[in-house]
This record gives sequence, C-alpha cells and structure tokens, in this order.
Amino acid sequence: MQVNFKLNGTPVVVDVEPRMHLADCLRDELRQTGTHLGCEHGACGACTVIVDGAAVRACLMLAVQVEGSSIVTVEGLSTEEALTPLQTAFRKHHALQCGFCTPGMLTTAHALLTDEPDADGDRIRAVLSGNLCRCTGYIPIVDAVLDARAAYRKSDKR
Amino acid sequence: MKPAPFEYQAPATLREAVDLLASDPEAMVIAGGQSLMPLLALRLATPSLLIDLRRVPGLDAIAIDDSGIRLGARVRWRDIEDDRRLETAHPLLRETIAQVAHYQIRNRGTVGGSLAHADPAAELPGIAVTCDAELTLVGVAGTRMVRAGDFFTGPLTTVRQHDEIITELHLPFWPSGRRWAFREFAQRRGDFSLAGIALFYGEDQEGRVANAHVGVIGACDRPQRLMEVEALLNGRFIDEGLIREAAETSARTVDPPEDLHVPAAYRRALVATLIERGLRSAAQHRSA
Ligand SMILES: Cc1cc2nc3c(=O)[nH]c(=O)nc-3n(C[C@H](O)[C@H](O)[C@H](O)COP(=O)(O)OP(=O)(O)OC[C@H]3O[C@@H](n4cnc5c(N)ncnc54)[C@H](O)[C@@H]3O)c2cc1C
Ligand code: FES
Ligand code: FES
Repeated sequence: MQVNFKLNGTPVVVDVEPRMHLADCLRDELRQTGTHLGCEHGACGACTVIVDGAAVRACLMLAVQVEGSSIVTVEGLSTEEALTPLQTAFRKHHALQCGFCTPGMLTTAHALLTDEPDADGDRIRAVLSGNLCRCTGYIPIVDAVLDARAAYRKSDKR
Repeated sequence: MKPAPFEYQAPATLREAVDLLASDPEAMVIAGGQSLMPLLALRLATPSLLIDLRRVPGLDAIAIDDSGIRLGARVRWRDIEDDRRLETAHPLLRETIAQVAHYQIRNRGTVGGSLAHADPAAELPGIAVTCDAELTLVGVAGTRMVRAGDFFTGPLTTVRQHDEIITELHLPFWPSGRRWAFREFAQRRGDFSLAGIALFYGEDQEGRVANAHVGVIGACDRPQRLMEVEALLNGRFIDEGLIREAAETSARTVDPPEDLHVPAAYRRALVATLIERGLRSAAQHRSA
C-alpha cells in the first residue's frame, strides 16, 4: 500500500505491506535508523517517535496508519551542525552510555517538555517510566530533562 | 517479531466497518493497537484483514449530562486525563485511568479497545463493572446495549459477537458527595497491576453507608463486584472493625488465578490490603 506522510518536515511516499510497523518503515524503507527497536512489542520505549505532536511507540503502529500525519524522529530534533538544548543537557549530565535507549528518551522528553515545560521531577519520572535503560540507572536522564526545561519555557520549541 | 501478512482497510463509516467485519470471519478491528499490535507481533493473533476505526466519525467524544458520561469507543486514555470536567463529573474514572499504562501508550490506547480486549487486570473494565455502566454494540443485526457486568465472561473473552463494534460506554451519573477510592498494586509503574480495587458509597442522614459498590480487577478471571462486601457495608458506620471485616470478606470471596507472577494466596492478601486502604481513604475524603 502507498502511504504519504511528513517525516521531519519533508513529504515522503512509501510503498509498504500493511503488516509493516512504523519503526521498520522508518528504518528499512526510509533509512532513518535513529529510531531504535529493542523489543518490538511495546515493552521498552526505544522506538518512540512523535506523531502529530504525540509521543507514540513506533513498533505499536502500522506504517499504513500514519497516512497524512507529521512525524518527528530523533533525526528531526537537531540540525547537522548543533545539538538541541535537550541533547546538550544529556551530554552534560552523562545521560547516556551505550546510547541504545537514547533516541526514545529524547523523543519522549521532547514531546513532554513541549507540552509541559514546567514538568517536575515526579512527572518526568512517571513519563520516562515507559522507557527502559539498562545502563545509566536513570538518575542522570532525569537530571538532564530537568535541566533542559528552561529552554522549552523560552518559546524556543525546536 | 513480525506480524503474519494481512490486508488493511480504514473505512469511512461505521456501517462499512461492520459490513467488512461481518464479511470475513478472520477479520479484526484495530483501534489504538496497544494490545493488538503485541499480539500480532507474537503471532498470537493472525487476522486476514485489519479494519481500522481511525476514520469512523463520532467515536471520539466525551459527553457529560445529567444521565451520566458517554465515552466514545475511540476516546483515548490521554483524552480522559486531559478533560478537567471529569474531576467533578467522575473523579473515580479520572483517578483510575491515570494509572493505565505508560505515556506513549496513553496517547493511543482507547476505551473500546480496552473493553473488547477484556484483560482481567485492565482498569476501565473494572470501573465499568463497579459503576454498572452499559456498553453500546453495533452489528449487522442492529444496535444493542449490554451491562458491563454481563459483558465480560473470562480472560480476554466477552459476549461481543464477531460482527459487533463497541461504539460507546455509558457510566451512570455521579452524584456529588460520594465517598470513593481506587487502589492497585503493580510491580512497575504503568504495568498491569497484580490486583486493584475500586469502591464508592453514599451515606444516609446519620452517616451510615448506603449503596456501596465494590469492584476488583486482576485477582479474578474478569472484573467483578464483591457483593458480599457491599452487603456487609450497607447500613453500617465505617469504623476500623468494619474495615477489617470487609477486608477479610474480600479475601475470602475473590478467586484469584495462580500464575507466574505471584501465588493465589498473595493476591488474596493483596486484595484485603487494598480494600482496607481504599475504605480508610474513602472515609476521609468526599468528592465535591
Ligand atoms: C506496555 C503496555 C502496558 C500496558 N498497561 C496497561 C495497564 O496498566 N492497564 C490497561 O488497562 N491497559 C494497559 N495496556 C493496554 C492498553 O491500555 C491498550 O490500549 C488497551 O488495552 C486496548 O486499547 P487499544 O485501543 O489499543 O485496542 P487495540 O489494540 O486496537 O485492540 C484490542 C482488541 O480490541 C478490539 N477492538 C478495538 N476497538 C474495538 C471496538 N470499538 N469494538 C470492538 N472491538 C474492538 C480489537 O479487535 C482487539 O481485539 C498496556 C499496553 C502495553 C503495550
Ligand atoms: S521496540 Fe517499541 S517499545 Fe520496544
Ligand atoms: S544508555 Fe544504554 S540502554 Fe540507556
């Protein structure tokens, strides 16, 4: 089936089998391998992308379901030249080690802070509870997200 | 972790969706996909055709009037969380739904999908049964209403016929001044709970319990009310003795499964503890 959607601002057209989930479509068809796949059945959050402003698990959506949608992946958060304030905060706080969970953490935190720039530590922990990290122990990730809030308050949302 | 092949359609009307479903015994509906996609990935479900409800109009509203609350089948957990009217119109629903799954899943998971999927530990079916809600189902033969207490028949099984689509859940009006509580215990935040309880009651002029409703999830093969506990509470004043009696009665009347997570005796004890905590907290707070 042919599917049209916007990926990080650029219109794309793909021809996929109905059974292909969105994460495979992004990675294998569109070669955007920033979106990671940990479990492929909704348990780990590594595949989180932002569909029409809402963070979702790309392994729990079919590519054919995003017809007409706008999708932001980790590739769409920053430019080639510079890291975003959120990414800079991850680096500053050592919020990643192997980096496998990081794309999902960044997209989830970006969606959260865009909607709720004043989210407190409890809210951030509740939201990130759906994203598994086997390296960091989470504390530096929460610290990084807390630190990045200031940038989202200044209407600079990308 | 790749689903078996299937066809896909996203019909523009409910009629078309029902006709498509009726035309193929192997067809399935997909709403949020948050329960179905894992089943497809594990090939526990291998439908020939998926019928997506995403374009069907009229299923995504939350309507509140003096008969109660109507939740369209495609209302998401996120929509319930964001609707501030529910703070007074149905505080039990709002607080309970806040415990469902994780952030990303809450952006997709729906009322109709949760009811149809009928996980014994799912929160919404528990609220539907506890509150005596009614489901609306539309099939080729027409529309019918089913009481939540009659809808669930066991783990992942309901009285829904193959060609029927759930369109709405109606929760009866929530009067002000009710006392209520929801309590559950899960091993990790956002996971399905090992057991949960929902309860509410009114009070007569002297402050005795009236019209108690007590429901349980997770510690039974489907959401159910604990009629013995309700009968015990009605007409009595809540005190520590009654709370302990109610907790003991609840442990005795539930019939929990034995599974790989915990033994049945653990779930019984857990239900008793949750009932105790729920009753204690309800005695202290009253809804506006
Ligand atoms: C990691 C994880 C944790 C979760 N934790 C919880 C939790 O704590 N509590 C909880 O309650 N849920 C939990 N869920 C499940 C989630 O809430 C689902 O969203 C919900 O159970 C199903 O809704 P859905 O819209 O996603 O349905 P789908 O997955 O689209 O469908 C589920 C089933 O319902 C059928 N169906 C869907 N809509 C209709 C309709 N209108 N009429 C008839 N049949 C229909 C489908 O054919 C399918 O059989 C969790 C899911 C995941 C992946
Ligand atoms: S890969 Fe999607 S949640 Fe794990
Ligand atoms: S940094 Fe390795 S899994 Fe999170």
